[in-house]
Amino acid sequence: MSKKTYIEDIERTLYDIKNVDKSVYKSQAGLTEEVVRDISKRKNDPDWMLDFRLKSLEVYESINIPNWGPDISRLNMDEIVTYVRPDAKMVGSWDEVPQDIRDTFDRLGIPAAEKQSLAGVGAQYDSEVVYHSVQKRLTEQGVIYTDMETAIKEHEDIVREHFMKLVPPKDHKFAALHGAVWSGGSFVYVPAGVNVKIPLQSYFRLNAAGAGQFEHTLIILEEGSSAHFIEGCSAPKYNVTNLHAGCVELFVGEGARLRYSTIENWSRNMMNLNTKRALVEKNGLIEWVSGSFGSAVSMLYPCSILHGEGARCEFTGVTFASKGQNLDTGASVIHVAPHTSANINTRTISKSGGAATYRSAVKVTKNAHHAKCSVNCESLMLDSESRSDTLPVMDIEVGDVDIGHEAKIGRISEDAIFYLMSRGIDEAEARAMIVRGFVEPIAKELPLEYAVEMNNLINIELEGAN
Amino acid sequence: MLEIKSLHAGVDGKEILHGINLTVNRGEVHVILGPNGSGKSTLMNLIMGHPKYEIQSGTIKFEGQELNLLAPFERARLGIFLSFQSPEEIPGITVENMLRAACQAVTGEKIKILPFRKKLQAVMQELKINPDSANRYMNVGFSGGEKKRNEILQLLMLNPKLAMLDETDSGLDVDAVQIVSNGVAKFHNKDNACLIITHNTQILKSLTVDKAHVLLNGQIVAEGGTELVDEVSQNGYSKFTY
Ligand SMILES: Nc1ncnc2c1ncn2[C@@H]1O[C@H](COP(=O)(O)OP(=O)(O)OP(=O)(O)O)[C@@H](O)[C@H]1O
Ligand SMILES: [Mg+2]
Repeated sequence: MSKKTYIEDIERTLYDIKNVDKSVYKSQAGLTEEVVRDISKRKNDPDWMLDFRLKSLEVYESINIPNWGPDISRLNMDEIVTYVRPDAKMVGSWDEVPQDIRDTFDRLGIPAAEKQSLAGVGAQYDSEVVYHSVQKRLTEQGVIYTDMETAIKEHEDIVREHFMKLVPPKDHKFAALHGAVWSGGSFVYVPAGVNVKIPLQSYFRLNAAGAGQFEHTLIILEEGSSAHFIEGCSAPKYNVTNLHAGCVELFVGEGARLRYSTIENWSRNMMNLNTKRALVEKNGLIEWVSGSFGSAVSMLYPCSILHGEGARCEFTGVTFASKGQNLDTGASVIHVAPHTSANINTRTISKSGGAATYRSAVKVTKNAHHAKCSVNCESLMLDSESRSDTLPVMDIEVGDVDIGHEAKIGRISEDAIFYLMSRGIDEAEARAMIVRGFVEPIAKELPLEYAVEMNNLINIELEGAN
Repeated sequence: MLEIKSLHAGVDGKEILHGINLTVNRGEVHVILGPNGSGKSTLMNLIMGHPKYEIQSGTIKFEGQELNLLAPFERARLGIFLSFQSPEEIPGITVENMLRAACQAVTGEKIKILPFRKKLQAVMQELKINPDSANRYMNVGFSGGEKKRNEILQLLMLNPKLAMLDETDSGLDVDAVQIVSNGVAKFHNKDNACLIITHNTQILKSLTVDKAHVLLNGQIVAEGGTELVDEVSQNGYSKFTY
């Protein structure tokens, strides 16, 4: 693997460059039936999708925002623009992407990465995908990697069979919201036995101020196939609230292996209320790699339903909360079948008054005898203003299981910093080393480019004045 | 090289050291003796710049430069080194990576991985340290004796001007004491100096002591040469008063 990574040398300032809003259409702010019908019409939805959206809207109106977790009262849906159509058609060549949008993705290193290390790329700008491509070799093997709009048209049956079946709109208020106004996202289908060895990456960029992004990612891996999907997210900073309420549904077939990697790197005005869920069949494997950086508030708990015997889940997460941020992240696993196993390993860091909560739910149902689950979550607070919590919940309905849980919350040790400084290492680097050391057990499990990006983001967070 | 004048210092407003005077010249080996709690570690922490300890009055100078306002890393870069009585564990940072970062920081030069590794392995071999421990996290899970040996490894890699050793010979088996003592002897030459705290004096075997100081309740109550070291190891501290 090449050592140079696609986002290696980026600075936070690059994420923050905003383009002039050149969208050709924006829905009116707020959420009404009229808005939903309008979005649906502009997207040329089939009738069933319009119905789905309207039903979701009803659900949305009937349920309350969660009464737990971080305070999200500053989110005022009446002010959020749910649909922003960029002035661009989806194309298969970067040359045809409008210059300012192209520049954005260039700065994020996406086209360069595509040439180097990706088998397919999707790029979404505000509410619509502006670029999608996949290597011909994969297409010939029957692999589908396209934007959701195209998928609905060209693979309607598969989409209809799976769309929001894992995350039904009634799941929670923001799932319902997603069902009503979703737009964009990627669709991946890997036929039985096909191994997609090089990663596919979709990048979601939210440029418009005061807008919401509601992309839908649907991935289906048939029996014995494998793939690695990378999701990247970012947005420039505004002083109005933006909302991200994406939805990810992953169907991992018998013996299939899916790695789903994300580094979410939102600006500090973002409410990130994202829902991700995987259904894993017999002997299948879902591997989550989840980095949560940025945003004002995040609520993100990727869920794995271990549905078939011997299904497995590996979850690796790093969360970094700094000043003004409340990041509530974690994972959930539902063991439904016997001999299923899960391994959850997380590190959370809080700094300058930031709050980081690790929240997990592990459920082992009656049928899941011989289930194995091990949870290891560690939190590090870099100063006395910062907060950290771990809230693991276990619900075990069967006796014959092997469950382990280890949680540690600690503050950075002044003596450890002194020790490093006494060896000539300056204070900032000493702190950075200790933080890198703290995430190292996780970083070493990551592919090199991810470890490097994670380290970069950690350094950016540490260097930032707040 | 090191010049301490009427140093009054302590922690949390409590005075622990009551007027210390101490001069260490280039090429010398000094020993600090004293019962538990007399302030020996406090003195070394102050010289290294531990943020918890504050100077109430008096001065610490190194090669003519007042240390008071310098951060610990700046003191390290001037050539001051402390082998800790209880070395910290640093999870996630390997011995090799930390030491390379430290050597780069102290010399101000970029150091290539491979030559560095070679040198590190050679020094580890001299100290009879298991070569695999270069890839272990700094002091994490090390036995007491392994931690001490690891401090001497750092001493030899960083090659400072002033080596302060705080009970580096405590908790070592007979062979290990010999290895550590040889290591310090190897380090010492006419251009550098050692300041050594010891309770059992074994670390001094391979060294020639120039001066010994007895610290009692934060004051130096006796000074002399090797004979003072012998006197204390035979009769303890009962004859000293302050
Ligand atoms: N950080 C601290 N906070 C409070 N008291 C301290 C602190 N450090 C040292 N002291 C006190 O200062 C006195 C001297 O401690 P110091 O560690 O310097 O002794 P020492 O001579 O090194 O003893 P030993 O031989 O046991 O290592 C002791 O009474 C100790 O309790
Ligand atoms: Mg001591």
